[in-house]
This record gives sequence, C-alpha cells and structure tokens, in this order.
Amino acid sequence: MADAETKALKAREKTEVTRPAEQTRPGPIFTPAVDIFETDRELTLLADLPGVKAEDLKIDLHDNILTLSADVQSPESPNEVGVLREYRTGKYFREFNLSEIIDQNKIEAELKDGVLQLRLPKVEAATPRKIKVKTS
Amino acid sequence: MLERLAGWPTWNWRSPFEELERMRREMDRYFEELTERTLRAPIAGVFPLTNITEDNDNFYVRAELPGVKPDELEISVTGDSLTITGERKISPENENVRYHRREREAGQFSRVITLPGQIDADKVQASASNGILTVILPKAEAAKPKQIAVKAS
Repeated sequence: MADAETKALKAREKTEVTRPAEQTRPGPIFTPAVDIFETDRELTLLADLPGVKAEDLKIDLHDNILTLSADVQSPESPNEVGVLREYRTGKYFREFNLSEIIDQNKIEAELKDGVLQLRLPKVEAATPRKIKVKTS
Repeated sequence: MLERLAGWPTWNWRSPFEELERMRREMDRYFEELTERTLRAPIAGVFPLTNITEDNDNFYVRAELPGVKPDELEISVTGDSLTITGERKISPENENVRYHRREREAGQFSRVITLPGQIDADKVQASASNGILTVILPKAEAAKPKQIAVKAS
C-alpha cells in the first residue's frame, strides 16, 4: 500500500562532522544530504541546505575535488529565548572526489527553497574523427 | 626531627587525594557534558524537527524544510496548538540516470506542536525562505508578561 508517493517522512537529526582543519569560528558543522546522479553528458548534485543564502554558499572544484561549504546565520533575533530546540543551526561542509573530467566553465548552480542544484557537464569526449583516405 | 616526620606524611598523603578529587571533578564534568548533550533536545521523532523560541510578544516556531514550496504547506492554529502538514516532493529523474548517492527523501508529514501558552490565532503569520519555515504566533493578552511598577511610598 505504502508506495513511494505517500511515504511518511521520518525525523532525522543532522549528521555532524569534524573537519580536519581547526575552525577559526566555533560552531557545529553538518553534512548535507545529497543526491548525485549522472547521465552521459553531465553529473547533477542536489543538496539540502536549509537556511543557506546564495551569497553564503561556496562551491569549489579543484583537482577533481568538489567542495561545498556554507555558512548559516541564525534566523533568531537576539531577544528570543529558546523554549524547545530539536535541531541545531550550523555550517555545512561536504567534499566529493569526482572521477569524471568536468567542464569548469559550464558549471551551473541554482539555490532554491534551501536546495542546491549543481550541474556539472562533462568535458566533451573527443569525438571520433573520420579520416578519409585519399586515393590519387 | 620528629616534627618534620609528623609533618611529612600529611603533606605526602594529601596530594594523592587531591589528585583523585581533581579526577572526580573532571569525570563529573564529562558526564555532565554528555547528559547535557543527549538531554538538551527532547526529540519528538516527528518530521519536521522544530525549534521554538519566544520573546515578550510572540512565539516563534521554525522548521527546516528544504525543497518544500511554501504553497505546499498547510498551517493551522487552534487554541495553543499549531499543525504543520505538507509534502516534500522530489521530482523523478530521467529513467537512464545512474545514481551515486541518494540520501534525500520525499514524503508526507504532519505534526502538531503544543505551545507553552495561549496564542492569538487571528494574527499568526507564516513565512518561508531558503528552506526554513518561520511561524510567528503572537501571544494572547493573558499569556503576555506584565510589567508591574513598584510604587515607592
């Protein structure tokens, strides 16, 4: 009965990570949940980044390592007092090793409703060239 | 000489106890931290996880709902409880894609949150931005803290 469409969502706590490098600013760092899939032409990454503004998101591709990092500013005003806290607000960080060669100039990123969609087109494979043999 | 002998053991014995005491305090601190960590957030286990805060005039309920469009959320208020119902949809991809990771989940959710005080249901506001839902619930007049001036006679 319970097909994928009507499945009830389960509450999950965000997974915290420790970065190898020491932080200059304290605070928890979380790994965002992601979907990654590829077609013959491109690699697509979807990441859940609630609370991240476009200007606070950093996407870096260097030596085939794709790094996502984002700062989150607390939406609470300073005079609010906590009553119940079930989730924590913090930075997001995640790295991926890409095996494919990505065309850096054509990367597209879109952040909408807290979800990042990153399109990473593969470098066009050298199209086989046909060589005509001339006959004199 | 005798005095020295008498004084010597007390000096020597105190330090191991002091060391133990210090260790005990340290252990206490670790345990305190540990329990504080696990008990700080009483998780209801119902999606979405929410943070509730208050100031003098309002309660604020916030929930992380990435990928949920504001018009797909249904929010209703009665007395002192707030209900958030909705569905998180993930549009299906093309048949021929190959997945490397699939961690994001889609599905329906519905949660009732009981607030610690009465609210003014007519003035409740909800907004969503960057995947975070914020519901501002003004406190009912009776639930607001009142400043009482102390008269000097």
